[in-house]
Amino acid sequence: MLKQVEGSRAVAEVVAACRPEVICAYPISPQTHIVEGLSQLVKNGDLLGCEFINVESEFSAMSVAIGASATGARTYTATASQGLLYMVEAVYNASGLGLPIVMTIANRAIGGPINIWNDHSDSMSQRDSGWIQLYAESNQEAVDLHVQAFRIAEEMSLPVMVCMDGFILTHAFEEIDIPTQDEVGAYLPTFRPRQVLDPGDPVSIGAMVGPEAFMEVKYMAHARMIESADHIARAAIDFKEAFGRDSGGLVRSYKIERAQTVVIALGSILGTLKDLIDQMQDEGISIGVVGITSFRPFPVNELRDALKNCKRVIVLEKAFQTGIGGIVTEDVDRSLRGLGVERSTLIAGLGGRPISTQSLRSYLVKAIDSGVEELTFLDLEIDTVESELARERNSR
Amino acid sequence: MTPTPLKFYQIGSFAVGNRLVTADERSNQSDPERTNALTSGHRACQGCGEALGARYALDMAMRATNDQIIAVNATGCLEVFSTPYPESSWRIAWLHSLFGNAPAVASGVAAALRAKGKTDIRVVGQGGDGASVDIGFGALSGMFERNDDVLYICYDNEAYMNTGVQRSGATPPAARTATTQAVGETPGNVFGQGKFLPRIAMAHEIPYVATASISDLRDLEAKVLRAMEFRGARYLHIFVPCPLGWGSASCDTIKIARLATQSGLFPLFEAVNGELITSTPIRKKVQVEEYLKLQGRYAHLFSPTRRDDVIANLQRIADRNIDRYNLMGAE
Ligand SMILES: Cc1ncc(C[n+]2csc(CCOP(=O)(O)OP(=O)(O)O)c2C)c(N)n1
Ligand code: SF4
Ligand SMILES: [Mg+2]
Repeated sequence: MLKQVEGSRAVAEVVAACRPEVICAYPISPQTHIVEGLSQLVKNGDLLGCEFINVESEFSAMSVAIGASATGARTYTATASQGLLYMVEAVYNASGLGLPIVMTIANRAIGGPINIWNDHSDSMSQRDSGWIQLYAESNQEAVDLHVQAFRIAEEMSLPVMVCMDGFILTHAFEEIDIPTQDEVGAYLPTFRPRQVLDPGDPVSIGAMVGPEAFMEVKYMAHARMIESADHIARAAIDFKEAFGRDSGGLVRSYKIERAQTVVIALGSILGTLKDLIDQMQDEGISIGVVGITSFRPFPVNELRDALKNCKRVIVLEKAFQTGIGGIVTEDVDRSLRGLGVERSTLIAGLGGRPISTQSLRSYLVKAIDSGVEELTFLDLEIDTVESELARERNSR
Repeated sequence: MTPTPLKFYQIGSFAVGNRLVTADERSNQSDPERTNALTSGHRACQGCGEALGARYALDMAMRATNDQIIAVNATGCLEVFSTPYPESSWRIAWLHSLFGNAPAVASGVAAALRAKGKTDIRVVGQGGDGASVDIGFGALSGMFERNDDVLYICYDNEAYMNTGVQRSGATPPAARTATTQAVGETPGNVFGQGKFLPRIAMAHEIPYVATASISDLRDLEAKVLRAMEFRGARYLHIFVPCPLGWGSASCDTIKIARLATQSGLFPLFEAVNGELITSTPIRKKVQVEEYLKLQGRYAHLFSPTRRDDVIANLQRIADRNIDRYNLMGAE
């Protein structure tokens, strides 16, 4: 149903349409409106057979989710930033136990210094946690990805993070088509857990695994994650068939045919980039965009396929690894291996710094005309930084 | 579930105070029809109080629920000795997640059961003192405060045993652990620290709080049974000596537990909705010294020089408990 709503509210409504049985959460901006919406829907009786649990920390939120999912309940939670870090030990445990929990990440920077605005450092920090990670380009896609996420999670017995940019998406009001419960029901099968806590058929879950089997367990997690790529792709194809919309999948290309330069990015910045690329193409510049929807599993081959004919790749990232550079970059390089494609990285939008079309444009033009350094921080106040660094050096 | 055959004649099982008791008064463990939650073959040390306490408590929980239980275990000795993959000693549905989250995981299990309308299945959360009074304290308090339908059992051996006997918030004053060594001016754990979780549980005004000891297994069983009569959050704190960590003889585990209650150091009581309702009177009062001298963790109080001052301070703690919980049964 088409509605003019806030992104968070739309996510709350679509999660409700997926009929979760247990929702537990701890509030943190910019995730709050999602869980407030869900608590209201549950309390109001709109979501019968669903328990909403208010916990005392994110660590407990994920732990409640672990217990609920292991008992065979469809389980949902949401968090961001500090909250995600606070639950990390349980985040790894959920994937290690193969529990198909769906969690929204309302992407926000990590402190210190404390900062509530958007970037991707929170979910990127969980890159290796064994969770599938899907990034939404728009609120419509965020909504659609949640429906797909439950299906993928339950098919694979793996947890899924749906990452949507904090404030930029979560707090934006726009027209969104929110699938109804009946529509979702036709697409998302009933949850049949792979393993469940049941006194009638008692199993021990979470045993201590020693050196004789740990490698095998971890390898299987790796193999399962790789296999999930097909399921992610399939979920998007079936979604299009059921809902008539292109949403999800592994990667999404925009105007890359014959493009010499391709920009790679994740999340809502793709909208800005597409507008810019339209303008630049009109001016005769050969440039296109590839959006990565599935960051974990990383679509190495699909990306390689999309990039094999270009000359230059620019990876735009909203997070980075201190002391080395891009995070997504490392994986993109894997896709580019042997192709002879030039690659540079642009770190932008940290802590909510606006990414203006103007700045983006001048960076791209420079990259094409005269080349750029391997690593650039967009709109960095370089003079201030240099003088501060010099002062620090002198006082050491 | 099929009953586990009794492997040996358990003296005392059919008798109390040298008198045979009727079938309905006999302990759950003496019942040939009883099922076993935790089977033999696990890897606990000889004389482990925690293994004994867990078996008695969960077997009783099975009886109380007609085997309809799910247990959630924190990391710790009980978890490690019972489930070295691919073996498991558990014959009940059992989940281990992490060290500090067992109460919250148990809340999640209870929430799922509620959502599915399967409220005939009951949930037991369990962990050591470290898991309960320290790292999982916030999660436990949250579970209490929400009054989730979970019986949480803390097996208190007064230190982090699984990692090699380090101090926890439940380690008593003067006790030697690997991180409160018997060296320096105040050997062992310092006075004036630590917490007694049952009283904190009572402050949450949850339906049922009790303490129990493996020295009085009938009482322990009765308290599990009573706990299962309530819905909502319940807390059972069981005193479980650890021969390895306490430096005591394996054969002395029960005796040491008995001396702890008979000296007043570990009071046995029950509280309903935050109010104390019963306490078990001391039958034959002993001085704390009787308790201390059987344990290597207190050896520094007796040699090379006897520390009467420290022993007196520990005696004061026991005497305060006797007063506070009316353990001499005075009106
Ligand atoms: C987050 C975390 N910190 C530390 C540990 C290491 N650790 C495992 S068990 C344990 C101590 C357990 O003590 P307790 O809860 O008292 O149980 P016990 O082994 O004494 O029965 C510790 C410190 C861990 N597993 N996880
Ligand atoms: S160390 Fe202590 S608690 Fe752990 S198994 Fe041995 S006796 Fe039991
Ligand atoms: Mg302990």
